[in-house]
Amino acid sequence: MIRTEEMLLNVGPQHPSTHGVFRLVIKIDGEIIKEATPVIGYLHRGTEKLAEDLQYTQIIPYTDRMDYLAAMTNNYVLCHAVETMAGIIAPDRAEYLRVIAMELGRIASHLVWWGTYLLDIGATSPFLYAFREREMIINMLNELSGARLTFNYMRVGGVKWDAPEGWIQKVHDFVPYMREQLEGYHQLVTGNEIFMSRVKGIGSYTKEDAINYSLSGANLRCTGVKWDLRKNEPYSIYDRFDFDIPVRQDGDAWARYHCRLEEIEESLKILEQAVEQFPQDGPILAKVPKIIKPPKGESFVRIESPRGEIGCYIASNGKKEPYRLKFRRPSFYNLQILPKLLKGENMANLITILGAIDIVLGEVDG
Amino acid sequence: MAEEKGLEQLKKEAAEKAKAAAAAREKGAASAKVKEEPAEKAKPSPNQHILDKYVQEIENHLGKEILEDSYINRLSKDIPTLVAKPDTYRKVAELLKYNEQLAFDYLSELHGGDFETHMEVYVHLYSFTNQQAVALKVKIERSNLEIPSLVPLWEGANWPECETYDLLGIRFTGHPDLKRILLGEEWIGYPLRKDYEPYDVEV
Repeated sequence: MIRTEEMLLNVGPQHPSTHGVFRLVIKIDGEIIKEATPVIGYLHRGTEKLAEDLQYTQIIPYTDRMDYLAAMTNNYVLCHAVETMAGIIAPDRAEYLRVIAMELGRIASHLVWWGTYLLDIGATSPFLYAFREREMIINMLNELSGARLTFNYMRVGGVKWDAPEGWIQKVHDFVPYMREQLEGYHQLVTGNEIFMSRVKGIGSYTKEDAINYSLSGANLRCTGVKWDLRKNEPYSIYDRFDFDIPVRQDGDAWARYHCRLEEIEESLKILEQAVEQFPQDGPILAKVPKIIKPPKGESFVRIESPRGEIGCYIASNGKKEPYRLKFRRPSFYNLQILPKLLKGENMANLITILGAIDIVLGEVDG
Repeated sequence: MAEEKGLEQLKKEAAEKAKAAAAAREKGAASAKVKEEPAEKAKPSPNQHILDKYVQEIENHLGKEILEDSYINRLSKDIPTLVAKPDTYRKVAELLKYNEQLAFDYLSELHGGDFETHMEVYVHLYSFTNQQAVALKVKIERSNLEIPSLVPLWEGANWPECETYDLLGIRFTGHPDLKRILLGEEWIGYPLRKDYEPYDVEV
């Protein structure tokens, strides 16, 4: 009989597969994980504390740096919270620009996930394909906002910049191109037997667990909960588009993979309709005072980010700075289930399980 | 001639200025109107009956004077809001989760806030079975910053409670592993408190 000794192993904080500065202390017995303890906080910048001394518009750039793979949704959640409190309604053209920007961001974010996830488990080339398409999206968003990742694009009551000439056409042309590429992704990876045996039945949990652990996004939908805030609690102009919520039943990494890839398709559908309905002209910013002072009180709003439910809580005392600002960061909540998933798992599955949760450390640490 | 022209120009400018001022006044009036609107909207919120149901259910099971307050938060998309007392907070949460009429199975958000006179914990719950949401709040005395943990009810409250403890110093009794999750155990003070002063040995 082979005798093994328990060993303590550090994964990270600097490890490429943790996608940021994230440390995982695991106790292993041979190849089996006995216990896993996540250690976070390496990237904590105190956004919420900083925000207490800033005016609302000044906070927007800080939100870019939380979930830096989908900064548009972060921009939106803050603006949405302030707008809800102050009763500001953004003009139509601005809302369309916001939705197009957010959905492009969602696709880009899922592409990064897809590429890096496969890279994590040993397939190098999908990463290159994913980043080729992502680069196109980033270039488009760059033309729109002037930045590649930290957009600082949205404002309370609208957006900062109008779409440059020909930009809507570019988005229009991107949709069929992306569809074709997505087909290629499926041919390249989805049917691959090695890939399937790496992810099928790995890191699975039940619907009850997912709800109990406050999971959201694809992590929740992979267990059969048909829940997407864009549909269930419509915000912005999402009620004007026809799209589905991709759902799977198995709750494993394979189900999450499918949910995310299908979400790209749904986002493409939204983009297609948004481009078609895009208003010819009109203002891109509502008439809002230079210094925004939401009324006294508190508000909590939540929207659907690529990683799940991102929320923003504002307590205002009627001044130009928030009294208390809190972001509900989906990665932070989603990561909680990790120790439970890893317990008793094989060492080789660690990265497969961690990767499938899809975390951004900037968001975990806030 | 030159003088006349100058006068004309001055008159023109003055007229323009007056126009601009009038426009600004109009704008001001318009914005004032916007501000008045909430008062006009005094009709009951569409969510009022939902709040009444919650309060009724709580009173039926736990008795009266369990809640400190209950209201519709107009600023937060008309969410029914319940304010519990520190000693009833856990009981209310338990009822919210296990009562079939309420069945709040999903904890969407938990955080705290320092309001100088007291601290608050804000919990946003959602029920997938009933498709309804509720905000549960509790006010805690600054002299005794302790409330029961919700982790036994919702596993998802684990890290958010750690975060609240880390940044505000609210202790959650019964939490399985209450630790300073973001800043680390050696950090001095609680940064999100309004009276926080950064501690730096080098300064």
